[in-house]
Amino acid sequence: MIRAKDINEHTPWQDLTPGGEIYEPGTARAFNTGTWRTHTPVFHADACKHCMLCVPFCPDSAIPVKDGKRLDFDYMHCKGCGICEDVCPFPAITMVAGGVPK
Amino acid sequence: MKSRLSGNEAVAYAMKQVNPDVMGAFPITPSTEIAEYFAAYVANGEVNTEFVTVESEHSSMSVCIAAQAAGARSVCATSSCGLALMYELLYVAASCRLPITLACVNRALSGPININHDYSDSMGARDSGWIQIYAENNQEAYDNFIMAIPIGEAPEVRLPVMTCMDGFITSHAVENIELLDTGVVRQFVGEYSPQHYLLKKENPLAVGPYDISAYYMEHKVQEAEAMKAAKARILEVAKEFEKISGRRYGLFEEYRMEDADLALVIMGSSAGTGKTAVDKLREAGIKAGLVKIRVFRPFPGEELAQTLAGTRAVAVMDKSEGFSANGGPLFAETRSALYDLKQRPYLINIVYGLGGRDIKVEDFEQVFKRLANIAESGDIHPVYSHMGHRSKGAIA
Repeated sequence: MIRAKDINEHTPWQDLTPGGEIYEPGTARAFNTGTWRTHTPVFHADACKHCMLCVPFCPDSAIPVKDGKRLDFDYMHCKGCGICEDVCPFPAITMVAGGVPK
Repeated sequence: MKSRLSGNEAVAYAMKQVNPDVMGAFPITPSTEIAEYFAAYVANGEVNTEFVTVESEHSSMSVCIAAQAAGARSVCATSSCGLALMYELLYVAASCRLPITLACVNRALSGPININHDYSDSMGARDSGWIQIYAENNQEAYDNFIMAIPIGEAPEVRLPVMTCMDGFITSHAVENIELLDTGVVRQFVGEYSPQHYLLKKENPLAVGPYDISAYYMEHKVQEAEAMKAAKARILEVAKEFEKISGRRYGLFEEYRMEDADLALVIMGSSAGTGKTAVDKLREAGIKAGLVKIRVFRPFPGEELAQTLAGTRAVAVMDKSEGFSANGGPLFAETRSALYDLKQRPYLINIVYGLGGRDIKVEDFEQVFKRLANIAESGDIHPVYSHMGHRSKGAIA
């Protein structure tokens, strides 16, 4: 069975799955979709109270949480929509122009 | 078993013998009867098919796609604007490599609105990635539907199949027919056993994901290769089918082509009328012949070129307009196929029979008369013309 991790943009047609079928769940984790971003959120850890409001609002699950603390953005999946900045009650998130994380 | 059935009854009976898992059903003239007959089989408990009535053909094909992806053998029937409404889904079925079987009862597309026969509906879908097999009569409609299943489901093919018959002419006319035993049909089509399907719980599956530019073309190449592979599979299945039925099928039928100078390339029920004209001309000592295209997708280009190589003049008869201003779809394929021959026959295109306009034996005799003139003079103009319509000027 062909696994998603074994397929990339150099794979010949003979080695791809028929019709692009995917035979396992959660394969989006492996794909860098952060390149679509035109604006980038910046996380100010010192201002964050870890209220966790931003986490469920993120449409791309791009805010990792570990041991009750939110970590810095997962820029591989963040699309730069800015919803997190909007819902953050503290000055802990600011959006900056451009797709590259500072 | 001998019987007398209309084309629609014959296809519904084939479906009953196959006993598919799912039918996506929506009525449209002249295919309505197929779903009607099949609904009776369902109601009588003669099949255990999930009969899903929906609100449009867009939905009936969507039902088939979802069911087939889930691992269920699915069938469908439609005509004309119904097929046009499925258009988006036809491509989805083919690109997801789901071997759905669709009985297409050919009918002219609107507009102007018309319920009678021509091939404008299925010709519009000729580039959708579906295998297309055309029937001349009820027997072929029945046989083709049964053969379609092992063709489409073969792992090297995995493409949906459209079996086509002429609306009303074939679908509603009752003819003698030879039916196979249900047990024999069941064994012939076997069980649908795809390697991957949505209901296989130990094997999570995503079907039809978004395909970016880095992958789309590779998947289209896969489809194109599958269509090429279908040619051998169609012949293989025909050979197996001959063993159970005694009836022989190829990619096309050659009628009195062995030494033919003048030939027709044609599809569907008109071929029967054309064969009568060929017989009459043969009696008069004219070396006439006819090629009936059975499989239009994949198009048997190389094989057709070999068959036509020895002829002097050929008329390709299109029962649909392509509005290319350069001839109909069957002509485009045939002319392209002949290009690689060192010695080519003269080739003309005649568009006839649109919206159910009748064609008679005498009309074919006229065509052969023109071909005889072309073989003598070499003057093929006009290359592309219409026949059987009212006009102030007629083509000699």
